[in-house]
Amino acid sequence: MAKEMIALILAGGEGSRLGVLTSLIAKPAVLYGGKYRIIDFSLSNCINSGIDTVGVLTQYRPLQLNHHIGIGKPWDMDRMNGGVTILSPFTKQQKGEWYSGTADAVYQNIHYVDELNPNYVIILSGDHVYKMDYAQMLNFHKRNNADATISVIHVPLEEASRYGIMSATDDGRIFEFEEKPAQAKSNLASMGVYIFKWNVLKEFLIYDHQNEQSDHDFGKNVIPKLLADKRSIWAYPFTGYWRDVGTIQAYWESNMDLITRIPQFNLFDPDWKIYTPNPVKPAHYIGDTGHVTRSIIAEGCMIYGSIKNSVVFPGVTIEKDVVVEDSIIMSNSIIKAGSTLIRSIVGEKTAVGANVQSGFGEYAENTYNPKVYQSGITVIGSNSYVPDNARIGCNVVLDNYLMPEDFKGLDIPSGSAVIKGGEINE
Amino acid sequence: MNNTMGIILTGGKNNRLKELSMERSISAVPFGGKYRAIDFALSNMINSGIRNVGIPTQYNFRSLMDHLGSGKEWDLDRKTDGLFIFPPYLSEYGTGWYKGTADAMYANLTFLKRSNEEFVVINQGYAICNMNYTDMLKQHVDKDADITVACRHMDDLPKEDLILLGIVERDSDEKIIDFQEKPLNPKSNFASLGIYIIKRKLLISLLEDSAAHGYFEFVKDILIRKLNELRLYSYEFKGYWRPLSTIQLYYRANMELLDPSVRYELFVKNGKIFTKVKDETPAKYNEEAVVKNSIVADGCIIEGTVENSILFRGVRIRRGAVVRNSIVMQNAEVFENASLNNCILDKNVAISFDKHLNGDQNWPLIVGKNVRV
Repeated sequence: MAKEMIALILAGGEGSRLGVLTSLIAKPAVLYGGKYRIIDFSLSNCINSGIDTVGVLTQYRPLQLNHHIGIGKPWDMDRMNGGVTILSPFTKQQKGEWYSGTADAVYQNIHYVDELNPNYVIILSGDHVYKMDYAQMLNFHKRNNADATISVIHVPLEEASRYGIMSATDDGRIFEFEEKPAQAKSNLASMGVYIFKWNVLKEFLIYDHQNEQSDHDFGKNVIPKLLADKRSIWAYPFTGYWRDVGTIQAYWESNMDLITRIPQFNLFDPDWKIYTPNPVKPAHYIGDTGHVTRSIIAEGCMIYGSIKNSVVFPGVTIEKDVVVEDSIIMSNSIIKAGSTLIRSIVGEKTAVGANVQSGFGEYAENTYNPKVYQSGITVIGSNSYVPDNARIGCNVVLDNYLMPEDFKGLDIPSGSAVIKGGEINE
Repeated sequence: MNNTMGIILTGGKNNRLKELSMERSISAVPFGGKYRAIDFALSNMINSGIRNVGIPTQYNFRSLMDHLGSGKEWDLDRKTDGLFIFPPYLSEYGTGWYKGTADAMYANLTFLKRSNEEFVVINQGYAICNMNYTDMLKQHVDKDADITVACRHMDDLPKEDLILLGIVERDSDEKIIDFQEKPLNPKSNFASLGIYIIKRKLLISLLEDSAAHGYFEFVKDILIRKLNELRLYSYEFKGYWRPLSTIQLYYRANMELLDPSVRYELFVKNGKIFTKVKDETPAKYNEEAVVKNSIVADGCIIEGTVENSILFRGVRIRRGAVVRNSIVMQNAEVFENASLNNCILDKNVAISFDKHLNGDQNWPLIVGKNVRV
């Protein structure tokens, strides 16, 4: 049976402003909210909206993502008819090529969509944290007999230059679209969620592919071209919680949003569950010396220390006399006795030694990469080892896979970095 | 152990678990925050390499069937072998209900005949332990035994519980010389765990023989009657083992999970315990939460005090509520200023504002499923 609408999730993003959090994995695979990876939101939105056929377009470091998605079981997408398909770049007879832009990525997979032959295609980004019913958006699209519908959200005018900004009539028809404008004319920002009539999209993708001047980007090229051709494009207003957790500060804030008493972004909603592969671990244990407030704790953790305003992922051990505050501790890490972590992010499978101090001191500009590390949050990579008694300042970055010999001393002042020797860190 | 298949017996009617087993098979009793009793027996089989498991069941098996599904959480949704659930059925020859454990296996003899593994592990769905059967199978083969019975010194169980078990006497070579099922005066505390290894073909012939004589019970009619004809050996298991056969044992086994060494043995040492997933979000602790020495599952929201307790998935502990020494099952809610001590709340129970429930350490208070206090 032909599908009315299928989804394509763009999951090739590097997320370069997340620093060590994405130096080994793609941004959609970054852990979020005590249990999830960011792509879980798009995938769960699909299945909750009745879309059971999804292509996931990967490119940058896809291993973790492939492993995570598998055959789509957690999202009930292990289907005979439809289901989830990973679409990675591939070689052709003449040549092979990477996806050179979002539109090019879809162009190169036209055959995938054609085989399914849906009426509509929804293009999603695997980088965003939100809950949205795409079925309602499709109804809106059909009601307007639109060629394309773009989901939009109101953003503060001063931030508008980071987004694709639209101008629309009162009833929602878009007459202008500017990608990252210096001077925004409105605060209607594109969420990177598009519904297209498939025959229209295909026509424009082929046109875009032939245009050598194009950057092959949806926001920059395809949407402006549709507008120039006077196609019917509509803005679908979305009012819920939506975050592009593109920077360390935004990532940290969005995680912290979850710990408020009644969060705007509520993951406890039984009517809109977010699915992810469940770890095989027992329920977590809080010891006699444990003290947990305003925090999220996942399964398999053992907590003997004090945790406040933090998000703790599955399988973490927090030993005695540890203080964790305003921090994110990812899966299967251990924080040894006597350590104190403030405003720190600790990656997966990392061991923080005993009596370590992290996140203390005055802010200092990061010497390694000031564009990425500018929030004051100290980021410790995955699979790393932090020696006992280390004194780590704030706005520090510690690389993935650090070993004892990578540390020159125990004093790691604010704004500094410990980077793994050698060219490739894997 | 890919030459071994498994059978899990899920228990008959049990009144000693009171309200907890009124509406569910004893093997489907919730345990330890997110599990059902049978998860342990089933995961032990998976961890031992068994890929073909049959589960005869007949008493209130709806919740058990719902829990096991196609067996995918145990990786048993297979094209060949996998998980087979056997509720009783009517046929030209059979009367439907299983009249005993041997009868339950005999009624599903086709399953045994069609399988081609050499050995069968039979175990019970209501005992909590993490045991790899590889070692036991090795001893079974080494001793050239007909049936090997896993046994254990029950030093850590009170005497009144021994009378619910089968007491085994063995010689210095582990050969069983006496087997007394549920004796009133147990001679020792060396008791059967209800875990047996036997050759599949021998099991088939013993079941046929016993059915032909009108016998139905595996222990009474096969183990005990054939004690002198068969080579019966005991295999001593030295780890943690608790049958959930009385409320006291159920309560105690849950509380023992608060001991890190018990948790390590059950969930880490010999392999993971698998269970049906519920896709709950991680537990949230609000400002007022005070939680000490407790197990908390995903999906809980805590803003009260919890001590020495087990909270299952999706439990809500409201502000000012105090929960001590209690087991609170899935989706139960304890409202503001209510308190619990030595209680077991079944699924979906609500304890309303300012209500105080007190059980006794040896006789915990049970609040049945869906009750609003």
